[in-house]
Amino acid sequence: MYHSKITIILRKSILDPQGKAVELGIHSLGYTGVANVRIGKCVEMDIDANQRDEAEKISREISDKLLANPIMEDFSISLEEHKGL
Amino acid sequence: MEKIKFGVIVFPGSNCDHDAHYASGQLAGQDSRLIWHKEHSLGDVDVVIVPGGFSYGDYLRCGAIARFSPIMKDVVRFAGKGGIVIGICNGFQILTEAGLLPGVLLRNESLLFVCRNVSIRTENISTRFTGTCQKGEVLNVPIAHGDGNYFAEADTIRKLEENGQVVFRYCDENGRVTKESNPNGSVNNIAGIVNEEGNILGMMPHPERASDALLGLTDGKKIFESIIHSFVSSAQQFAAV
Repeated sequence: MYHSKITIILRKSILDPQGKAVELGIHSLGYTGVANVRIGKCVEMDIDANQRDEAEKISREISDKLLANPIMEDFSISLEEHKGL
Repeated sequence: MEKIKFGVIVFPGSNCDHDAHYASGQLAGQDSRLIWHKEHSLGDVDVVIVPGGFSYGDYLRCGAIARFSPIMKDVVRFAGKGGIVIGICNGFQILTEAGLLPGVLLRNESLLFVCRNVSIRTENISTRFTGTCQKGEVLNVPIAHGDGNYFAEADTIRKLEENGQVVFRYCDENGRVTKESNPNGSVNNIAGIVNEEGNILGMMPHPERASDALLGLTDGKKIFESIIHSFVSSAQQFAAV
């Protein structure tokens, strides 16, 4: 069993107004050295797979087909093996 | 003339389905029926309307889940054989997610939900959706969306422009396409596009909410009239052969 955490974020080439608004807020807090704030989504799931490769493949397919829209978003996958579930 | 049969898809969260049903049925004087998204067949409809709303609560991305509804398989089949499909607002988002139209609708540049009447310029009048409009005609129609910021890769935009697939553009009341008249940040002020074959239209403005004089605006009626007219003229062409 693997725990998969998929992060979906707007592609670099696309303006992220939400990130920009939050960046302004961060600057208002006084952290003026913070830049390039971008906001995305995080989707977690447990995957019944014996091999890491298999869990990775499933995560990738789900992301390609549903979780991310490749026209506007990129995604990254982080996997952790679950024991004793 | 036999009545045109409109089918309006109803998803959980659709909220312009009845407006579209009323505009295409009662107002346009055609046959119109509501089709629940769990159905597997469209039946014998001539035109499919994918209406506005918040299908599946806009979860994940607008339109992302609706495209998995059973009826969408038949919508894709229908569109593939040249059937007339119009997606309005959330319907436009669903059609892009389903791959029936290119591009994507991003969050409005202002981050605000924009609900007001806008002017749109008719860029292409040789489509089945705009045949009764004048070239460059300015239509007054409402928008109501948070994610209507049309985006596609530069190559796709170039192709859309070259092929005349951009059907409507946000403009000011005099028909000038300006930055100020762009309510959501759409590339090139794009408000509506058709696919390459010209049988699928997606638009963010709501023609169905601008079809009844009682509600103040009637320019949206032209879209429905154009669709109906396109069936009449193709029937005449057929008869002439």
